[in-house]
Amino acid sequence: MSTALTAGAAASPMRPATARRRLSRLADQVHQRALGATALLVFLAVGLIVFEVVRGSAPALGTLGWRFLIGTEWDPVADHYGALPYLFGTLVSSALAMVMAVPLGVGTAVYLAELAPPRVGAVVAFVVELLASIPSIVYGIWGLFVLAPFLRSLVEPWLIAHLGFLPLFQGFPFGIGMLNAGIVLAVMVVPTIVSLAREILLAMPGSLREAALALGATRAEGLGVLLDAARPGILGAAILALGRALGETMAVTMVIGNTNRISASLLAPGSTMASVIANEFTEATGQLYLSALTEIALVLFALTVVINALARLLVLWTTGGRRDVAGSA
Amino acid sequence: MSRVAPETLRPLRVRAPAPARKLWNGLVIALCTLCAALILLPLALIVGHLLARGLAGLTLGFFVHLPTPVGEPGGGMANAIVGTFILAGLASLMAVPVGVGAGVWLAEYGRGRLGGLVRYTADVMSGVPSIVVGVAAYGLVVVPMGRFSALAGSVALALLMLPTIIRSTEEVVRLVPRSYREAALALGAPQWRVIQQVVVPAASGGIVTASLLALARAAGETAPLLFTALGNRFWSLRIDQPMASLPVYIFDYAKAPYEDWNRQAWTGALVLLIMVSLVSGLLRLTTRRLPRR
Repeated sequence: MSTALTAGAAASPMRPATARRRLSRLADQVHQRALGATALLVFLAVGLIVFEVVRGSAPALGTLGWRFLIGTEWDPVADHYGALPYLFGTLVSSALAMVMAVPLGVGTAVYLAELAPPRVGAVVAFVVELLASIPSIVYGIWGLFVLAPFLRSLVEPWLIAHLGFLPLFQGFPFGIGMLNAGIVLAVMVVPTIVSLAREILLAMPGSLREAALALGATRAEGLGVLLDAARPGILGAAILALGRALGETMAVTMVIGNTNRISASLLAPGSTMASVIANEFTEATGQLYLSALTEIALVLFALTVVINALARLLVLWTTGGRRDVAGSA
Repeated sequence: MSRVAPETLRPLRVRAPAPARKLWNGLVIALCTLCAALILLPLALIVGHLLARGLAGLTLGFFVHLPTPVGEPGGGMANAIVGTFILAGLASLMAVPVGVGAGVWLAEYGRGRLGGLVRYTADVMSGVPSIVVGVAAYGLVVVPMGRFSALAGSVALALLMLPTIIRSTEEVVRLVPRSYREAALALGAPQWRVIQQVVVPAASGGIVTASLLALARAAGETAPLLFTALGNRFWSLRIDQPMASLPVYIFDYAKAPYEDWNRQAWTGALVLLIMVSLVSGLLRLTTRRLPRR
């Protein structure tokens, strides 16, 4: 809009174009270009990240090839690198987190968008924002010193005693492990789901709810109609949260146990792609070792970028390209 | 044209929903409320435990003393606290000018396809895991310099801050009323002066808030510092040398098998939480108009 206005002013017949006006138009262009150049730096920043990660992992890509992704042996001494246990750990811990976080997050979002009295809603929304602002390391220390003993002494023995017939709950109650990581991750990504799903619900046309209520629907049935319309966007919010969970590093590193085994049990310790990088990168001696860790970063990067791009598209699609909603998470 | 005979119209009766539907309605509402109540639980637990375990160590000494070797009582994290400020400050020096410039450009000129692409790239960039950014900064700065350094750490933090600053700046600049621009243009101001002297000053409060929020977030990051700024047990203000930071200290002390160090980790976490969450909480309370993140 403002650009159009300037164009009009520049073509105004009131005054002939003087040198000063030409100068002013030049200044406008220079200003716009300069601002535009800073915007283009975003591409440079992303490009540098991609370039460095790809360059760093080139030796491992060349030497190990596809075996890297399916190998289960991680032996830096013998220069054998297989990243499957880490891929597995990342996927399992994130999936576990999503199982807990999605229902909790969507329920809270519905409460905030539709049910809450304004004052209560404001308090809950504020708490959710605070939760999002807590540094990862603080979640980690809490998971390690508070949640782990609690799981070890109470929850996990109970699970083993009562649900131990399932392979999911067999083994020894360590306290740290997949279950702990899943719970901590769930708490960490819930704010993402809540704030985005809430924005999406608020962006839905009010006529949906009104029509449902006018037809005699109960409040819950009206919510059903609303959720139906918002479904792709809420799916997007969940996928975005999944992206966060996949890349989360510090908290997971502290509570997952850091062993490179693949176990069916949720009580067993494991590792994720992010946690192995955090644990071993500074100590990695040898070019191939460092390169293998960088390749894990590359895989993680590719995974999160694809997931994020997909989630953003879903959210944009549901909200009809409303920038404020898409930008809110 | 068909008209309904008056006798076929029955008086409208409002019936209460069937019991099953009523039950379902109550159940759904109760479950949603329960979810919202459950969300409050982790925050209360985390803050409660931090206070319970960290408050005792929160003495003046914690802020002014250097860390002591194992077994020696006392000692603080003075160098880590200062280090965190330096790292985050350096990162802002790099990220804020670029981010604000890009945000203003998006708000003022970013209507076309290029604008959409920049916006989308920034959004996707904000989802890149911090550990990956750390690996990139390692290759970008640590390898050429030949050593770990505060500079490398702040480059990593700057890359993390950038997308947040861009998108929040865009939102706050968009909030400047159109009439401001029109008034300035009507007075004959060229476009660049309208932006530079009317729009940006009007949005400056929001821009500062957005930058501080990104700063607070970056100050709490650990993963990208592990192998860029590394850590340092001594005073160091040189940006070409490894530098201590609060999050990395907490991580090292929490992993250590010494009770005393674990206690200090709790205190460090409490200080970090106060620095990061209190700042962002207060900022959010005072500025309602900022887009949520």
